[in-house]
Amino acid sequence: MIKVQREEFDVGAELRALGRGNHNIGGIASFVGVVRNTAEQDGTGAMTLEHYPGMTERKLVEIENEALSRWPLDAVTIIHRYGRLEPGDPIVLVATASAHRAAALESCQFLIDWLKTEAPFWKFEESVSGGQWVEARSTDDVAAARWSKKKPEAAE
Amino acid sequence: MQLLYFAWLRTKIGVGEETLDLPPEVVSVNDLLHWLSGRGERYAEALNDLSLVRVAVNQEYVGLDHTVGPDDEVALFPPVTGG
Repeated sequence: MIKVQREEFDVGAELRALGRGNHNIGGIASFVGVVRNTAEQDGTGAMTLEHYPGMTERKLVEIENEALSRWPLDAVTIIHRYGRLEPGDPIVLVATASAHRAAALESCQFLIDWLKTEAPFWKFEESVSGGQWVEARSTDDVAAARWSKKKPEAAE
Repeated sequence: MQLLYFAWLRTKIGVGEETLDLPPEVVSVNDLLHWLSGRGERYAEALNDLSLVRVAVNQEYVGLDHTVGPDDEVALFPPVTGG
């Protein structure tokens, strides 16, 4: 399930809903991205997330399908917020459910790594003097690139 | 052609979207970026360093040699920073 929304999400409710009633599921892995306070000097710590409506959903579906093709997953949830967020606010939830933990844990990391380099979102950090667009980090590219070679080994 | 700009490309160019009629010599993404750069200072500054510009045609990432046409939706934006 893919959702792109302004509103806050309820992690507990989303995890309970993930694959509800599917008794093949033996484990659920999740990642919650949170706004970190990186404010220096005149920063306020708040940020605004902009995205490309249409392409965002399309890329998230693509990323989800890629995970489904690589791991034996029973359910996937990706929720990404946009709009103005403050330190401590959740930005993104990735959750995966599978019969066994390795597939759930590995695919969860794969999804957040790919999302960070593929999904068209941009962060603008507020400051008293106006603010600035966050620059992409090369470490994110490295994190995503390792999945382009590695074959998943979903252990029983 | 429908053009969309996001993040600092939007703020530097000054609009989020616009519809432009392209001259016939604009065939590729590379042609388009160079033609846009010639439309004024704002465009020239925004497109000064193409290593910082990502391009999507009809919501798919493409390279500089990708062909573009009048019915395409072309988006220009910096490397993504979500998650």
